[in-house]
Amino acid sequence: MLEIDRSTYDQIVAHARRDHPDEACGVVAGPAGSDRPTRFVPMLNAARSPTFYEFDSQDLLRLYREMDDRDEVPVVIYHSHTATEAYPSRTDVSLAMEPDAHYVLVSTRSPDEEEFRSFRIVDGEVTEEEVRVVSAFTTGAPEPGAQDSHGRTDDRPDHEESVPR
Amino acid sequence: MSIEVRIPTILRQYTGGEKAVEGSGGTLAELIDDLESRHSGLRDRLVDEKGLRRFVNVYLNDEDVRFLGGLETSVKDGDNVTVLPAVAGG
Repeated sequence: MLEIDRSTYDQIVAHARRDHPDEACGVVAGPAGSDRPTRFVPMLNAARSPTFYEFDSQDLLRLYREMDDRDEVPVVIYHSHTATEAYPSRTDVSLAMEPDAHYVLVSTRSPDEEEFRSFRIVDGEVTEEEVRVVSAFTTGAPEPGAQDSHGRTDDRPDHEESVPR
Repeated sequence: MSIEVRIPTILRQYTGGEKAVEGSGGTLAELIDDLESRHSGLRDRLVDEKGLRRFVNVYLNDEDVRFLGGLETSVKDGDNVTVLPAVAGG
């Protein structure tokens, strides 16, 4: 499961909308071992393409240096699809090199509808996971009544509505 | 003295989990051969028959070696080499 705060979630979607019709990309870094995406880092798509994204190689080096210095890892790696569903393409799968990251896909194909999904990509295998949006990270435990990715408040013990679509 | 090579998470399976290893050589290609002798399997993840793999970035002292001399880039003791897989997709 990916747990992400509302503000970061909104920033990812806004970045994807802003760069449409090109693909947008970036990471959300977080403390190593925490699995908590806390630092939103939008990146330039060096490919400037509606069908491909790639971090600029100097930006990539700077980003990883910075994360190293802060003892962070890329908890979330996100990018957008501008004409297709928010599901990893074959290229996404073959180039996924961070087995511990949550790969977030946002689709901007519809101007009104939001598509935000998260996946693990390990050794060429894609596994979708639940996205749980919390209002903010406060204590160590997830807050009761946190909103799921559809913006609904979910306080039932069994999250049947927040399983991946 | 030797050359320090920083290894990304995904390739640490070849270095016994080490984040950085040391090697030697006069060019990047020789350095990679030297690393391969102790970290078997690493070379194949960095190069293919055409040279450096398209989606692997190698930096010599913070400079992408693609803008230097690729595999023929000269390296020397005291240099720092960083390997990072591209973050890319479609």
